[in-house]
Amino acid sequence: MSQVAQDIRYTKSHEWARLLPDGTVEIGISDHAQGALGDLVFVETPDVGRAVATGEACAVVESVKAASDVYSPISGTVVAVNAELATTPELINQDCYGRGWMMRVQPKSASEVEAMLDAAAYAAVLAAEGG
Amino acid sequence: MPRITPLHGLHVALGARMVDFGGWDMPVHYGSQIEEHHAVRRNAGVFDVSHMCVIDLHGAGARAFLERLIANDVGKLRVAGKALYSCMLNEAGGVLDDLIVYFMHEQWFRVVVNAGTRDQDLAWMRAQAAGFGVTITERADLAMIAVQGPQARAIVADLLLPSAQRAACLAQEAFFGRECPMPDGSVWFVARTGYTGEDGFEIVLPAAAAEPAWRALNAAGVASCGLGARDTLRLEAGMNLYGNDMDEQHHPLECGLAWTVAFAPPDREFIGRPALESIRARGDSKRFVGLLLEDRGVLRGHQRVLVPAMGDAPAGEGETTSGTFSPTLERSIAFARVPRNVGERVQVDIRGKLLAARVVKLPFVRHGRILISTSQE
Repeated sequence: MSQVAQDIRYTKSHEWARLLPDGTVEIGISDHAQGALGDLVFVETPDVGRAVATGEACAVVESVKAASDVYSPISGTVVAVNAELATTPELINQDCYGRGWMMRVQPKSASEVEAMLDAAAYAAVLAAEGG
Repeated sequence: MPRITPLHGLHVALGARMVDFGGWDMPVHYGSQIEEHHAVRRNAGVFDVSHMCVIDLHGAGARAFLERLIANDVGKLRVAGKALYSCMLNEAGGVLDDLIVYFMHEQWFRVVVNAGTRDQDLAWMRAQAAGFGVTITERADLAMIAVQGPQARAIVADLLLPSAQRAACLAQEAFFGRECPMPDGSVWFVARTGYTGEDGFEIVLPAAAAEPAWRALNAAGVASCGLGARDTLRLEAGMNLYGNDMDEQHHPLECGLAWTVAFAPPDREFIGRPALESIRARGDSKRFVGLLLEDRGVLRGHQRVLVPAMGDAPAGEGETTSGTFSPTLERSIAFARVPRNVGERVQVDIRGKLLAARVVKLPFVRHGRILISTSQE
């Protein structure tokens, strides 16, 4: 059974977003997503300064098996990426909601995060997917 | 409904992540594909390969039938137990499947074909068999496991084989198999073959015997391994996968499989021979090579390969056929079909970025050792 962290928001495509105290939004992929992908071996993060739109493919996670796009859950500007993933992509497997974060985005509007799925709604999405 | 093997319940009980593979519900890994890969390179792992199809050919015409059916020469099989790897071609020289033939005795050859092609293969073989005096029997009653790794043979012999059979099974040369009578009256077939680049056995056994054998191997430290590790191991070992690296649209001479096509003796009229002879005479077949990615990223099948101009030869394009991250090399590797004038340097188009790759001789890894230079030049 996949772990769903309670304090953050989710997308149906298995990204998560966390509003940080400085107003930026930290983004990663869910435990369900990392489990489905398997051992991650390469992560391509966007350039800092890039403008991203909601639903835009902006990063790629590659496991031994396959490459998958990661979609930005919100609109805004990339202000930081997790440089540790370049050498240790497995951080996403080990701690997807913590040290395995992928990027931080300065949102156009904080309300976009509020509009995402909460933990209960995301758990229902997973249940409907059978996982 | 997907098809399942006799070990399906065990895979689920062991917590495997199951995926569809050619219509079969199969384990892709049991936790970590990379750890399973290393277990086979360093110690031993066990794979369920029961989805592959064992076909027994019986009859006085079995040898003549195989001389016609497959591109390699079954005439090389004169000693009981010897195995032969071959392609089965259509009239145009396209690859219908790759397979292994074991020579049991003059009235019995055992053929193992791929899971995804088993139904087409059986239909093709039956259609070709008319007049040869051969019966074709699909052995759906059997399971097949592959135990692979430097410790695999010793563990199997100690754990699973009756003492009277151990020495003979262990003494088999590579690419031989033999029947092994068991105390319960059943007969296992134990072959020193595999698809990982490591030593080991492939064992064909009664369906009901597979789960106890698997559990005993696990208890002795043999790792359960899924199709994920099987794919990275075979890629490192330079072994082709049907459907990726060769198919009906490609002939063996452009799939790195020329070594499996026996043009001698010249009077053996195997299916596809006339087409292959014209292709060979033209001499323009693409080359099938290994690629080592020098930049960061992961090579996959069907990525565009750019070959730079060399001297008089113009720039050209090829394509990767399989690619992955190699756990042993900790770099990405691939097979590619490229123009004949390819040099040592190419570029691969990964999501619109051109990344540098080096052309290398296959295999990448054999018997736990890296065979290519991985240093950046």
